[in-house]
This record gives sequence, structure tokens and C-alpha cells, in this order.
Amino acid sequence: MADTKKLAIIASQGTLDWGYPPFILASTAAAMDMEAVIFFTFYGLPLLKKEIDAKVSPHSNPAMPMKMPFGSKDFQSINWPVPNIISGNVPGFDSMATKLMKETFKKKGVATIEQLRGMCQEFGVRFIACQMTMEVFGFDKEEFIDGVEYGGAATFLEYAADADISLFI
Amino acid sequence: MSEIVSNLELNCEGLNCPLPILKTKKAIDSLNSGEILKMIATDPGSVNDMASWANRTGHELVAHTESAGVHTFFIKKK
Repeated sequence: MADTKKLAIIASQGTLDWGYPPFILASTAAAMDMEAVIFFTFYGLPLLKKEIDAKVSPHSNPAMPMKMPFGSKDFQSINWPVPNIISGNVPGFDSMATKLMKETFKKKGVATIEQLRGMCQEFGVRFIACQMTMEVFGFDKEEFIDGVEYGGAATFLEYAADADISLFI
Repeated sequence: MSEIVSNLELNCEGLNCPLPILKTKKAIDSLNSGEILKMIATDPGSVNDMASWANRTGHELVAHTESAGVHTFFIKKK
């Protein structure tokens, strides 16, 4: 089709919350008959690992609502005030917050990141891993899922030059 | 309105954005041109999203009804 729209995304963040938008938008774009490419760079690279171990970090996201995924509706709507001294220093706080967020997502019928990533691949979304960042952070192709392409800034820009939508996430 | 006859039924109750759209795309891919998909969703965002999806893809949103928070869409494959 001549008028196929193109989406170009740079995924630069690898926390659980920031890991969602690239996969949500790319899979939906593909479902809307658009072409989509995600270029994974810097902290976005771990999203290509076979097992995604992304977490949320409430300490570095002060506006993140801290709510419980269980109990009555009133209880669930409480936004718990967590002082920085706790969110930044208590060991395991990020893991706990991640567990709560994953539980909330599950209860609300939100897909897992792995599920969305799988649908992206099924729908033909192209994943490009930044070769330079791989060298810098010591990532190996073996650690990543199959079907990933490898390239640099020029590889991404060649595609993005003709893109209708370009996003840096 | 008399009930529209569908060729395939897809239940997306309890699923949230973007799953109803992604599952609808997969279901519509399995149909032939002119056939009808019935999709049921509880995600309130699916109302606008389905309209946008149909608008973009060219599949026809034949009907949409709502009853107690349950949305039913009929989509005709282009």
C-alpha cells in the first residue's frame, strides 16, 4: 500500500513503567496497518532480553501514585505518602513497588510487557538494537530474543527520515 | 435493532488497552472480506479506540451497543 503510515520509536528507558509505551504504541500501530520500528538504545536495551526483569523506581518518580491492588475500593484509592527516606533507602522497596504495580496491571487486564513484545513481533514490528550501547554496557546478542536487528544511528535515521510519527521515549 | 449475524465472536471483557484492539486485529485477519466480527469489551476506552482503529484500517464499524458497561461492536471486514 502506497500510503502506509510509518512509526519510528526510540526506546531509551528500561524501567517497567517506561518499558510499556514503546510496545503498546508499536503493537497498536501495526494493528492499525502501519509500519513500526523500535530502536532500543541505552537503558532501553534490556527490554530485548529473553527475560525482562524491569522494575519501577518510585524514588525517582515522585508523582507515581502508591496504591494497593487489594482491599475495598476505598482502600485501593488511598495514595500512600511514602517519604523519600524510605523509598530511596529501604532495601527491596523497588521490588515491592514493582510487585504491587504488576499485580495492579494484572487485575486491570493490562497485558504484560512480554505479551506486548510478542504481539509486536507477530505483527511484524522491527526491533533494532543499538550496537554502540551493546558494546558500552557489555550486552551479548545471545542474551536477546530472536529476530532483533542490529545497527546504529544511521540505520534508525534512514527509516525515520520517511516516518510519519517519530517518538523518543 | 435486530441482532446482526456474526461470523466470529471475540470476548475482550476485563481486558484493557491496547489488548482489545490487538485481539480485534488478529480476529479480523482470520476472516474473509465482508464477514462480520462481534467483539465484546468492558474497557470504556475501547469506544473511541475502536472508532479510530476502524477509521484508520478501513474496516467498517457496523454497530456499537452498550449495556451496563459492556460494549458490543460489530465490525465488517473490508
